[in-house]
Amino acid sequence: MARIIVVTSGKGGVGKTTTSAAIAMGLAKKGHKTAVIDFDVGLRNLDLIMGCERRVVYDFVNVINGEATLNQALIRDKHCDQLYVLPASQTRDKDALTQEGVGKILEELSKDFQYIVCDSPAGIEKGAHLAMYFADDAFVVTNPEVSSVRDSDRMLGILSSKSRRAEQSLEPIKEYLLLSRYSPERVKLGDMLSVDDVQDILSLHLLGVIPESKSVLTASNSGVPVILDDKSDAGQAYADIVARYLGEDRPHRFIDEKKGLFGKLFGGK
Amino acid sequence: MSNDSKKTPYVAAVLEFKSSTFSVPVLVLSSNDLTAISDQLNKKIKLAPEFFKHSPVVFDLNEINKQKLTIDVGELIALMRNAKLLPIGIRSGNSDQIEAARLENVPVYSTNNNVATETPKTKKAEPAPAPIPTPSATLITHPIRSGQRIYAPGDLIVTAQVSAGAEIMAEGNIHIYNSLRGRALAGVKGDTNACIFCFDLQAELISIAGNYKISEDLSKELANKPVQISLKEHTLIIKDLI
Repeated sequence: MARIIVVTSGKGGVGKTTTSAAIAMGLAKKGHKTAVIDFDVGLRNLDLIMGCERRVVYDFVNVINGEATLNQALIRDKHCDQLYVLPASQTRDKDALTQEGVGKILEELSKDFQYIVCDSPAGIEKGAHLAMYFADDAFVVTNPEVSSVRDSDRMLGILSSKSRRAEQSLEPIKEYLLLSRYSPERVKLGDMLSVDDVQDILSLHLLGVIPESKSVLTASNSGVPVILDDKSDAGQAYADIVARYLGEDRPHRFIDEKKGLFGKLFGGK
Repeated sequence: MSNDSKKTPYVAAVLEFKSSTFSVPVLVLSSNDLTAISDQLNKKIKLAPEFFKHSPVVFDLNEINKQKLTIDVGELIALMRNAKLLPIGIRSGNSDQIEAARLENVPVYSTNNNVATETPKTKKAEPAPAPIPTPSATLITHPIRSGQRIYAPGDLIVTAQVSAGAEIMAEGNIHIYNSLRGRALAGVKGDTNACIFCFDLQAELISIAGNYKISEDLSKELANKPVQISLKEHTLIIKDLI
């Protein structure tokens, strides 16, 4: 039985798709057979981030409508043979998704995948609702600023009241906080909320902090999930997050300012 | 294109249908003796004439039909109107009774004609004559997130935080053993003795029995502290709890 993870946030542009791609790749790299699904019907992006946009034939909506089988629509990743991508349809809108159709696909995928990562669209409407409805775990991606934090809080409310697990009174969805685009320098200047501020407002288990990093943009533009760039800070942050999710105990990094040469020599921690 | 020119000009809406819930007394009849009904009804009305004067009323024939009694619904309606009541509905009537009510322009509030099989359901729907005992407290242990609303018919106890943009309401007192960042409304049915207790006051709005203060009106000294909020002569009093 697969574990279904939804990557969600409420707000747009916080890094859901980047995170979905990185997490899915990280899990697959650890040897778990993983599928990542783009729920952003009409604004398809995951295929670009995963670098498989030129191999899309059938999509999520085709499978729901019975126009293609799951095997026809799933795209095997070129970096890792344990990872498959189910792209969204670009020519349709969110109304093309149905709860029954999504449920069926997830059930079928659950048979031979270990993890299913659902990349949620922004907002709290149908697409986002269906992306989280069947989830077992939720990765709530938040930027350290007030509007993102409030939208995440709203999303957490929806996760705990409108999901399948909530409706059937099962064990609630496990919720994790991923704080992305974090810049310790700007926190110090008071421009940005700190990790503590965000945790105080959301009171949520912190899975990891992803630093603001140029490598994310470079990775997106070249279609390679940032986690594969193991020299970059963001890549390492995602690797930590995957390891922590799988139960490894790793100390948090990227929360404090990078020390300069002098700091490194004399700051000694 | 030609179609566009034919479009009717924009007219501002002058009406709108809205849904609303009202509390209406239900007259439950257990006899078809119109004289006895009339006598007892007038006696009841005499106890509180102002309350019953032109009061809307729904009458319930479930008991009568269960006992297989017949009643002249037209006469019954006339009798109620004579007593200055305004019958606005019939419930649990059989087809003849419903027809008679329709002739008198009285709407039907229940479609079930099969009284015998529906007995438990209709019994439940009858208003309880005894005063409702005060419900016990509602306990919430999970965080109340932005956009969520909680309503408690009695007291409300929250052990987790109440986020900004969340709204909690109680007919009785509200206790929050954590941060209150959203809205808290106690005594929403008008209980002026209701209080709000909270461990960390950062609320957007606090209200007791409709008297409210928004976060701008809350004094800075009391923010982020355990406080007790009560109502005194239409003014909210906020005091240190410890």
